[in-house]
Amino acid sequence: MDPQTVLEQQPVVPATARTSLWQSWRIQQRVIGALLMREVLTRYGRHNIGFLWIFVEPMIFTIGVVTLWTLAGMGHGSAIPIVAFGITGYSSVLLWRNMPGHTIGSIEPNRTLMFHRHVKVIDVYLSRLLLEAVGATISFVALASIAIAFNWMQPPEDILLVMGGWCMTAWFGISVSLLVAPLSEKYELVHKLWGPFTYLLFPLSGAAFLVDPLPQGGQDFVLLLPMVHGVEMLRDGFFGSSFHARYNVAYMATFCALLTLLGLAQVRDISRKGVLD
Amino acid sequence: MIALHNVSRNFATRHGPVTVLDQVDLMLRPGEKLGILGRNGAGKSTLIRIISGADQPSSGLITRNMSVSWPLAFSAGYAGSLTGYDYLRFVCRVYGVSIEDRIDFVKDFAELGRYFIEPVKNYSSGMAARLAFAVSMAIDFDCFLIDEIVAVGDSRFNEKCNEELFVKRKHKAMVIVSHMPTYIQMHCDRAAVLDAGKLYAFDSTEEAFDFYNQPASVA
Repeated sequence: MDPQTVLEQQPVVPATARTSLWQSWRIQQRVIGALLMREVLTRYGRHNIGFLWIFVEPMIFTIGVVTLWTLAGMGHGSAIPIVAFGITGYSSVLLWRNMPGHTIGSIEPNRTLMFHRHVKVIDVYLSRLLLEAVGATISFVALASIAIAFNWMQPPEDILLVMGGWCMTAWFGISVSLLVAPLSEKYELVHKLWGPFTYLLFPLSGAAFLVDPLPQGGQDFVLLLPMVHGVEMLRDGFFGSSFHARYNVAYMATFCALLTLLGLAQVRDISRKGVLD
Repeated sequence: MIALHNVSRNFATRHGPVTVLDQVDLMLRPGEKLGILGRNGAGKSTLIRIISGADQPSSGLITRNMSVSWPLAFSAGYAGSLTGYDYLRFVCRVYGVSIEDRIDFVKDFAELGRYFIEPVKNYSSGMAARLAFAVSMAIDFDCFLIDEIVAVGDSRFNEKCNEELFVKRKHKAMVIVSHMPTYIQMHCDRAAVLDAGKLYAFDSTEEAFDFYNQPASVA
């Protein structure tokens, strides 16, 4: 019988100890904060620069890739600013790709913490997603600021578009993680195949190309991938006047909303399955 | 008060669904001490996790009008590279209490000395057990759930644990789960027996033992 039905039929005692939505929100904030601090300490420790690795690590990646691209002369023979192209491209890849990377398999090392009533599967996921989002964002903002300060790239033409593109890419990363991480707990194969899959997805993700110069067929194909829309929007905000950006926010939002819905259902499913000892 | 009403818990396994708890009713009033006896695999840990709220029943109703501890045992959620201090800080954050006035208690009670700020992976099993117990005692609850306390470490430390739990907290409600009748007899007012997912409640611990010691399963 459904618990709710029982409650309606036979009120054993008046429900005096109900937790309000506000209280629940406060508890969840505390739990996510505690998990976040724990994860930072576990992953980066207290030695050398400690928690600064959260954004130094993605910064090093991005600097390396942008340098390579610049040296390789991936200027597309056009007016595209290569540094801005590289920073926007690689930063957004790190943003959406590291999220599932760090949420997959995150339940097992935290299983014993779930003895504490307030610690739920979704809290483990949200704390890690928050950590990835913060790290990638600080890295992106810092690199862009440095590059602008040294005149390697121009300030964004439309800061709201930049923020929009970045938030949409983060949403994509979050929604993919919420779906793939619980699935990887259920199916070992998902765990195994996710790595190669994202690796193969990288060349198609829009990090290293613009959509407009592609032939029509190619454009239609890559625009099926939601993260391409995100990076196009981001670049539109930075240097939209020097190329024709192609993206559809509604398409990307629908895609992400669908993934979020499916993901939350999977999170709920693995939360309820529990462990049998 | 804690009340379980018609609580069942099923788990999906490779050979189909398994009913670990089957329409369990249970009532615990403030200050009451209930023992739950059961053989290995009878569903004791599942029951205690459901009482604590860490696991949800498949069906039934739970009313929880007092604060309930997590199932105390001599192990806890450590990440090996974190220190005892980190673990205390995590638990204090989760329960929303300040850590400052608890550091000294945990450090002294667990007898960790300078190891308190060393990674838990460098602890002996006795040290880890002492830390887990000390941290459990640092948070105040109306009801303590005690899952299969086994003697870890020396008898002097066990003595100290018993003092902390059963003397200093003698007015608290407790649910003690064990397969050892003597432990339950020592600390509980009444006992219930969990057998093949069914919970049989008795008014006295003796009746429960008689039932528990019957040679064959009755269910």
